Amino acid sequence: MKRLLLSSALVMAVALPVAAQDYTPDPNATQGGTITITYKDDVATLDPAIGYDWQNWSMIKSLFDGLMDYVPGTTELRPGLAESYEVSEDGTVFTFTLRQGVTFHNGREMTAEDVKYSLDRVTLPETQSPGAGFFASIQGFDEISSGEADTLSGVEVVDPQTVRITLSRPDATFLHVMALNFASVVPQEAVEEAGADFGKSPVGTGAFKLADWVIGQRLVFEKNEDYWRDGVPYLDAITFEVGQEPVVALLRLQQGEVDVPGDGIPPAKFQEVMADPDQAARVVEGGQLHTGYITLNVGIEPFNQLAVREAVNMAINKDRIIQVINGRAVPANQPLPPSMPGYTEGYDGFAYDPEGAKAKLAEAGLADGFTTELYVMNTDPNPRIAQAIQQDLRAIGVEVEIRSLAQANVIEAGGAGEAPMIWSGGMAWIADFPDPSNFYGPILGCAGAGDGGWNWSKFCDEGIDAMATKADSFTDPAAPERLELWSEVYQRVMAEAPWVPVFHEQRYTMKSARMGGDDSLYVDPVSIPVNYDYVYVTE
Amino acid sequence: MVDTAHVQLQPPIAPASVLRRLMRRKLALFGLAIIAVVVGAAIFAPWIVRYAPNEQLFEGLTLEGAPMPPGGEFLMGTDLLGRDLFSRMLYGARTSLIIGIVANGAALTIGTLVGITAGFLRGWVGAILMRFTDLMMAFPALLLAICLAAIFRPSLWIVAMVIALVNWVQTARVIYTETTSLAEREFIAAERTLGASGARILLRHILPHLVPTLIVWGTLGISVTVLLEATLSFLGVGVQPPTPSWGNIIFENQTYFQAAPWLVFIPGAAILLLALAFNLVGDALRDVLDPTQRGRD
Amino acid sequence: MAGYLFRRLLQAALILLGVSFITFVLLYVLPADPVRQIAGRSATQQTVENIRQQLGLDQPLLVQYGRFLAGLVQGDLGRSYLQRTEVSTLIASRLPASLLLMAGGILCELLIGLTLGVIAALYRGRPLDQGLMVTSFVAVSAPQFVVGLLLLYVFAVQLGWFPIGGYGTLAHLVLPAVTLGIMGSGWYSRMMRSSMIEVLRQDYIRTARAKGLTRGRILFRHALPNAILPVIAMIGIDIGIFMGGIVVVESVFGWPGIGQLAWQAIQRVDIPVIMGVTMVSAGFIVLGNLLADIVTPFIDPRIKMR
Repeated sequence: MKRLLLSSALVMAVALPVAAQDYTPDPNATQGGTITITYKDDVATLDPAIGYDWQNWSMIKSLFDGLMDYVPGTTELRPGLAESYEVSEDGTVFTFTLRQGVTFHNGREMTAEDVKYSLDRVTLPETQSPGAGFFASIQGFDEISSGEADTLSGVEVVDPQTVRITLSRPDATFLHVMALNFASVVPQEAVEEAGADFGKSPVGTGAFKLADWVIGQRLVFEKNEDYWRDGVPYLDAITFEVGQEPVVALLRLQQGEVDVPGDGIPPAKFQEVMADPDQAARVVEGGQLHTGYITLNVGIEPFNQLAVREAVNMAINKDRIIQVINGRAVPANQPLPPSMPGYTEGYDGFAYDPEGAKAKLAEAGLADGFTTELYVMNTDPNPRIAQAIQQDLRAIGVEVEIRSLAQANVIEAGGAGEAPMIWSGGMAWIADFPDPSNFYGPILGCAGAGDGGWNWSKFCDEGIDAMATKADSFTDPAAPERLELWSEVYQRVMAEAPWVPVFHEQRYTMKSARMGGDDSLYVDPVSIPVNYDYVYVTE
Repeated sequence: MVDTAHVQLQPPIAPASVLRRLMRRKLALFGLAIIAVVVGAAIFAPWIVRYAPNEQLFEGLTLEGAPMPPGGEFLMGTDLLGRDLFSRMLYGARTSLIIGIVANGAALTIGTLVGITAGFLRGWVGAILMRFTDLMMAFPALLLAICLAAIFRPSLWIVAMVIALVNWVQTARVIYTETTSLAEREFIAAERTLGASGARILLRHILPHLVPTLIVWGTLGISVTVLLEATLSFLGVGVQPPTPSWGNIIFENQTYFQAAPWLVFIPGAAILLLALAFNLVGDALRDVLDPTQRGRD
Repeated sequence: MAGYLFRRLLQAALILLGVSFITFVLLYVLPADPVRQIAGRSATQQTVENIRQQLGLDQPLLVQYGRFLAGLVQGDLGRSYLQRTEVSTLIASRLPASLLLMAGGILCELLIGLTLGVIAALYRGRPLDQGLMVTSFVAVSAPQFVVGLLLLYVFAVQLGWFPIGGYGTLAHLVLPAVTLGIMGSGWYSRMMRSSMIEVLRQDYIRTARAKGLTRGRILFRHALPNAILPVIAMIGIDIGIFMGGIVVVESVFGWPGIGQLAWQAIQRVDIPVIMGVTMVSAGFIVLGNLLADIVTPFIDPRIKMR
């Protein structure tokens, strides 16, 4: 039996790169202080089984913990509530040993029973968790989601400190799944007491606990004095103000009333900020695991022809589109973002070539072009980007009619396969975890191509699907052969051109002068947008 | 909220004399002038503008992607996609006018039909129709419009229809009140006793007397329609891009209202002026067409 | 009177029933699936079906509507699909902000409208009167979102007199309330002017003048109270107009009221929330109209209750 032991630093140093050792806290960090963070959209819920929005994702991360976690500011896994784990040789049995003496915010000690309860809860249909599908590889998932069972047979409590999870198939991404918010450990008694309102009165093991919540206005988190990681968090409290327009938030930051604008720097203020050296110095830039793309529905004429899909790919002037969003992105040529393992370096994709595109159209017998529709979500800047796309396609003779609709209507049209083209902005794929598989299944694989699925191209290639399944059956997610396989998957997808990958958005955020901590904490790829547990204030 | 009781019964007035009296009023003249300018701009837009309204010009954006301020090459500057704002404003006038006329025409037609039918037939048909208008009055109009716009995948005509569906209610109530009071008049009763058919009474006697009211309401209604179209477009559920509308120009550019205020305030001023023009003309028409009002000011 | 009231209340209830039915049908035919919104992008077909079943969204329209009504009569508006909170809680937490904004808006429109109306009446026919009446037309013709953005730009961004948005202090209320009130102030100034002119013509004013009372005394003790009443009766009807306006004003100023709640819910087809906000708004509108109808006969004895 191959054993991966993470229990002691010594073994870990061998098993994983040095950076993945437990994070070295900032030596200059000071304790105390309260910061203010703003968001435009209201926080819907803080229930880790349900929250799946931009603004509540990182909040939930600070209130709850899962068995696995990430090194702050990076995409590297580290143990969370699990002190160590073992994997069976075939990669289907994971045995987690829990940390001792971890308590929930209500004072009770966390045990293996809580882990089991939490995984059952997130997968039970009654919970209606949008993340239930991530746990599909755990044995007994089908039974629980069809209502035949009310507990996951694959999750066993060995003793109060040990949980054994059996998978029905090897799943390279399983440890990442255990680090998702959806896998957070929650106390049964608190969940049952709050009922459906658990999302409004969350109880976890995290670095912060919810102190106050005025719906539609603000939330206050206060430090969990008994947090199991030593030394963190640094801050005494965080105030989140919601319902604040990004422009307003930035003006308030300039006046010193706000420390971090959660929605980043709005386009309208970007140039002004960057033109002022003092402000520009406080801007933090970071990549994110994001791709903005146009889906071409292979089930709708003329996009059922490869030459037409290629023509559209060649017709889009990505640099011009990036100019529309103030250059805050890098052009994309494949589905995966550059910082994702499995990204194909040196892949050229389709270059901007309107003449070539026209030739392709002629090849498809559409020399005179055709008329089609582009669906887009109706919030700025998406309708503008759609119009830039429209102009590019007009240049090769394709007349596009724009359908600018509410998010729900676009998703519906996409799922039902009614939309010939969709610009993904506002609903675009931001990876749930840093693994190449996350960009395939639901959005490019056959699984998502059914009615209502998120594969809006309705692209389904069984050969590529088989390769993907093979890649996911590796035990080690970082195995070079696995990443190579994924790289090939995406190259084969691009050869079929069901998407036009347009750009990978860069995140630009800003902080007040008093905020301390490494820049990477403000563009944390996992705890988006800020890793609240590790930032601090200097005054 | 416009006081309706003042539009009283009177013999129809000759159009020429109405226009003459209208022209004597300075404010009405001002309103008519604005309407003439907007109509002219809408009709002659293709010959006036230098750039097509939807053309995203490379030189229309700075290298950092910022819009160009007014002056120089671009009379009113460019928008966030580098399109000529002046051109979009002129073509946007078409949108506003088309919606103003079509939507308001539809609303007026529906409202008149419902109002006349309910007022003339009375009985249970009238009761049902008027209860239905009460019901429509209780709808939060904007919410209703947003829901409708979401259902019918907006296009220019759909937006016009949505506005008509929300706006007919006021007209129906006014026409209903007038029709009932007309139907009670002695001369109508006399016609009835002489054995005139319902249709004849309606067409020959009632409808002509409603014309002044319809003209006044039709004019004032355009102003309401123009504002509602702008509001829907401002919320992103109105006219679809790239078709320019004064409302969606503001929607697309509003986050830039500090860095590029012209993108918000030029179309804003246009909406205000056009709505104002129709209000001024409508108000003057009311005075001209209504003898009981005359001499009050 | 009691009979009249009873009939009106019954009518109001029927109207609300109609509003609820129409809204429900509209949301039912909406081309967007709330289950997809809840289930998220990685959901399996099984999960989607489970959720649909649990929410009863697989039932026929009338069954769903029946269930909604059954809840409604018990004061239960259901739970938000996306926030999982009671809709009544969500509305209750945001309604105060909207009511405050409306109260501010009404105060503004009355303050501005009535003052200008009285002045115009007193200077009837003179340039000041004409100027004020043109101003009232401008107020009526100004789109609220443009007024809002203009006030923000001038008084918050350029001059810095008021906060740029948000909620909390009286200073936050000023700009949104003015924005909301400006359109109405145009109407009120015109109505107040006519009403005032009407009153100044009455015999008792002439008598008062003949008795040699001062101008101020005649104005404030005799004319104003009589002129103001019919105008005030319109406030009830205003509520309906405000219910539409707050969606726009709350969106421009980031005001945490039910307009924003409705807007977010519409974006993501959170049907229970849309229904809830629509019902509450319609309730206020019906109530406002009812109040206007009840108050008017007391003020103007010429109108009889039918």
